[in-house]
Amino acid sequence: QSSVTYIHVVPRTIKKWKCNTYSEIININMIIMNLCVDFDYLCFIIFVAAFPWFGMDIGGTLVKLVYFEPKDITAEEEQEEVENLKSIRRYLTSNTAYGTTGIRDVHLELQDLTLCGRTGNLHFIRFPTQDLPVFLQMGRDKHFSSLHTTLCATGGGAYKFEGDFRTMADLELHKLDELDCLIRGVLYIDSVMPRECYYFENPTDPERCVEKPYPLENPYPLLLVNIGSGVSFLAVYSKNNYKRVTGTSLGGGTFLGLCCLLTGCSTFEEALEMASEGESTRVDKLVRDIYGGDYERFGLPGFAVASSFGNMMSKEKRESVSKEDLARATLVTITNNIGSITRMCALNENIERVVFVGNFLRVNTLSMKLLAYAMDYWSKGQLKALFLRHEGYFGAVGALLELLHPSECL
Amino acid sequence: MAECGPVDSSTSTHTMDKSITLPPDEIFRNLENAKRFAIDIGGSLTKLAYYSTVQHKVAKVRSFDHTAKEAHGDKLYEIAVQEEVTARLHFIKFENAYIETCLDFIKDHLVNTETKVIKATGGGAHKFKDLIERKLGLKVDKEDEMTCLIKGCNFVLRNIPHEAFVYAKHADSEFRFQNTQPYIFPYLLVNIGSGVSIVKVESEDKFERIGGSSIGGGTFWGLGALLTKTKRFDELLQLASKGQHTNVDMLVKDIYGGSYGSLGLTGDLIASSFGKSATANKEFSKEDMAKSLLHMISNDIGQLACLYAKVHNLSRVYFGGFFIRGHPVTMHTITYSINYFTKGEVQALFLRHEGYLGAIGAFLKGAEEDNPNQYSWGENYAGSSGLMSVSPDMNPMQRARSGTFDMLEMDRLERQLVKLPLLQDPSSYIPDTVDLTEDALAREYWLFCFEDALDGVVKRAVASQPDMPETQERAEKFRQKYRHKLQTLRHQPFAYGSLTVRSLLDTREHCLNEFNFPDPYSKIKQRENDVALKYYLKAVKSLDQLEWEERQFALIRGVLAGNVFDWGAKAVSDVLESDPEFGFEEAKRQLEERPWLVDCYDQWFERLKGPPHRCALFFVDNSGVDIILGVIPFVRELLSRGTEVYTYISNAWFWLVTLVLRDGLRDERLMLVQSGSSSPCLDLSRLDKVLATVVRERNTDLVIIEGMGRAIHTNYYAMLSCESLKMAVIKNSWLADRLGGKLFSVVFKYEVPAGKLSHDCSAASPL
Repeated sequence: QSSVTYIHVVPRTIKKWKCNTYSEIININMIIMNLCVDFDYLCFIIFVAAFPWFGMDIGGTLVKLVYFEPKDITAEEEQEEVENLKSIRRYLTSNTAYGTTGIRDVHLELQDLTLCGRTGNLHFIRFPTQDLPVFLQMGRDKHFSSLHTTLCATGGGAYKFEGDFRTMADLELHKLDELDCLIRGVLYIDSVMPRECYYFENPTDPERCVEKPYPLENPYPLLLVNIGSGVSFLAVYSKNNYKRVTGTSLGGGTFLGLCCLLTGCSTFEEALEMASEGESTRVDKLVRDIYGGDYERFGLPGFAVASSFGNMMSKEKRESVSKEDLARATLVTITNNIGSITRMCALNENIERVVFVGNFLRVNTLSMKLLAYAMDYWSKGQLKALFLRHEGYFGAVGALLELLHPSECL
Repeated sequence: MAECGPVDSSTSTHTMDKSITLPPDEIFRNLENAKRFAIDIGGSLTKLAYYSTVQHKVAKVRSFDHTAKEAHGDKLYEIAVQEEVTARLHFIKFENAYIETCLDFIKDHLVNTETKVIKATGGGAHKFKDLIERKLGLKVDKEDEMTCLIKGCNFVLRNIPHEAFVYAKHADSEFRFQNTQPYIFPYLLVNIGSGVSIVKVESEDKFERIGGSSIGGGTFWGLGALLTKTKRFDELLQLASKGQHTNVDMLVKDIYGGSYGSLGLTGDLIASSFGKSATANKEFSKEDMAKSLLHMISNDIGQLACLYAKVHNLSRVYFGGFFIRGHPVTMHTITYSINYFTKGEVQALFLRHEGYLGAIGAFLKGAEEDNPNQYSWGENYAGSSGLMSVSPDMNPMQRARSGTFDMLEMDRLERQLVKLPLLQDPSSYIPDTVDLTEDALAREYWLFCFEDALDGVVKRAVASQPDMPETQERAEKFRQKYRHKLQTLRHQPFAYGSLTVRSLLDTREHCLNEFNFPDPYSKIKQRENDVALKYYLKAVKSLDQLEWEERQFALIRGVLAGNVFDWGAKAVSDVLESDPEFGFEEAKRQLEERPWLVDCYDQWFERLKGPPHRCALFFVDNSGVDIILGVIPFVRELLSRGTEVYTYISNAWFWLVTLVLRDGLRDERLMLVQSGSSSPCLDLSRLDKVLATVVRERNTDLVIIEGMGRAIHTNYYAMLSCESLKMAVIKNSWLADRLGGKLFSVVFKYEVPAGKLSHDCSAASPL
């Protein structure tokens, strides 16, 4: 692991080493230990990774990249900084779109963030996983590998594309578990970003339903639902104690996949746009469609969906629905199903707070409000649905944190 | 939701010509006595239920002239065939397209005018209300679907053995039937109609819909129709069974390149359903999309069912609804999903008569004043179609059947049946020794054997009723019906639950009864009884002259020799046919010499030296040399030792034996209990309630089971909580061969339950 090691000996910094491997770090560590023993000094050892600081999460659909742009570069550092590093920094920070599909979510940028003694801005960038080769090509063109940097990556793609990173860009990935990173990222962002977590007040009343900040001070136990292409349900009991309760294959990928097939759209944004204009009740069969009203025997309200896409069994109705209706029904179906499984998991684990994250929720207020509604309505107010502003980036943030505070070293 | 498929939609677009001529008299049977109708109209199928009575003939002993002297050569008694009326429930399932034709037929044939209402349930009940009221002149009385469903479910679980099964696509037998459990509650019913309802059932009247999902059969159908432009549900399933979901779904390995080891997620696991169809303007095949959709929905339902089962701590989960109904494809995917999500802790259970639950329940709601639940009911194999599952491609017989009529008939049994309180572990008790659904070799043999014996049975059936009308015609109809059943079972051994020698015998009995042949052997039995009765006193006298030790052995040999006489077993009937003089002494000579194939005689003899048994329960045959010359002398000895004896005997010859015994043995410590069944086999989990009471009250400490049907085909491995004696002669060379013996080998198995002094000597035979 390439890093710069500062040794602060109270009261002042006496030495700075640069090392490129773990064994070098350990050697230095030995020297310091001896110093401490011999001279009875009090030592604080801080390992700081060399720039650039990246965290990467390669999912089934999207690659999420976080980049820390240092704003406190000293003149000395400025001089030492290699050209490649400068050009990467400039390229990433001066653009908001990269190629045809890469996007920097400017509204999520965290400014003046202090991380590992450094101050700077944290940038959030995403691009489709299928464009990863383009990214690797760019890394090659910009001689990324000459920086001898460690690229911390998580998500399935870290494993799947490890070889491609090596052969195409001469880069070694430091692979990390995605759930470890996710939780680490969530806890970190929530701690540095004051209004990160929010909920919907009066979720069952569309007129009065408003977004409200939620202080996630004592978050445990909490159910963390990560909705990416698929969905993972995690019960988190403390910072280091969590388990994956279950998962479902009906996730964001299913929404987009079905929308593409049903409506001919090709992007998530398009699909959401259509969904926002459609009416799912023309597609779904509701309780009232069957019973004429509520099914009182079982306390089912007439407006509840009895059968998703149930009306589509009839030829006439298939011919009368619009693409927008179909997109909306798909969204509602997937969202409600996630809601159901969430509720059962919460019940099984005896947890009352649920945090929904993942890129399925990006610009997807419809789904968030549906989830908030479903949690509240079916649990009779027992369950609270919480959301985080940096929806899909927590895995990448966790990977970055791993770079800065490697948990297996020292 | 219960079944609430579209009533008005594409379902009926494929229907056949409505003017098709039906053979309704073979379908709506006994309509002239019918009363109490109920109807369940689903998305595509209608299920009609009614109660009726059937007259059938039973052979009874009319008189017994005990003053008649042997010398006169007169018959000692007369057998009369009497009419008896029994109650029967009829359930008929047909496509909605036939509903009008069917209602017309019923209207024309309905005689009973007391019927004023018809109970109705199901999503389509509303739509057809006017039609039914107009056609039948009955008032339609709507019942709640879910209530009917649960009522029906409880009824079949309680009354039909092998109702529930586990589906295992790749196993030797796809259907693994479950034992009837002594307690059916609590359980979870997951009904997959257009949506999914998850219901927790705690008792007969207490149930609760604890959850559900909108992703159900309607989603598969509706979304499937949109994606594939295929309109019919069945066709969608067909498509799905041919597709490759991995072309459409994003798997764990598509994301990870392999498995996600640290979480134990294998590479083939679906990470995102339809995840691959989101990436490009690619074309996907209909089959692949249908398959992916099927997996998505089945997995989702399975997952929710498991979550609910866990929250409510339930391990028995039954699946039903039109999504499941007899479709191997969906049973397989649901089973797979349940296994995956519970790691095998919960089994997905399916029901043979799942399609009838609503109709049964609606009927029961209407029949509450008759209180059908106070009786035991039995599936009539002759009048029921049986399970028609397995892939249509594999089985042309089913193809011909689908789209027509399916029937279930249940007979009210004379008594309420309960399990024998002396079973060591009632929940694991299986009466039958060999499951022919699983043992292909044995199945092959027995099906051949029963088919081979059919001509003989027909001949005897004709001979048993020389003075009755249309004997030939009826016998011929019986032949056709039973042969057809055997053919069906050859292709679908699982049609009526596990196939066993017992069920083959029962099916034959039901078919014979159907054509009014209550006992084709009656004439022969009568002849045999006559001979035996004449010899009885002499036989007893010679036994009494023996020394105690000698006598004990002679008594056992007597029971075994009596056992050689059996008109049902082919080898014996051959011998007897060719040599009518073959007598009791001759039979003894045929017996295997000791040591027998299974020989616990020494242990039994030692036991006899000890204190007498308090009370013995003796399961015996219904007549003949067997009982008169073998069993009765043995019973006499037990009585003389001071043991109370309860003899369990089938009803047809009950009176005869009563009279014989009263004449020969006046003893208050001897009781006879009718079994109500004439099967040579024995199911200890379905016995007369009275008997169970007696067993408890009298502290029965010995159970004797005699005969090949009772002690070898069934109960060979039955473990009892008291001493037991199983005695039989193997009269079938194939079976003898299998057991490592030869024809007329003897099984004499004396067992003492573990914990008491063990006398168990029985070698485990490779049955």
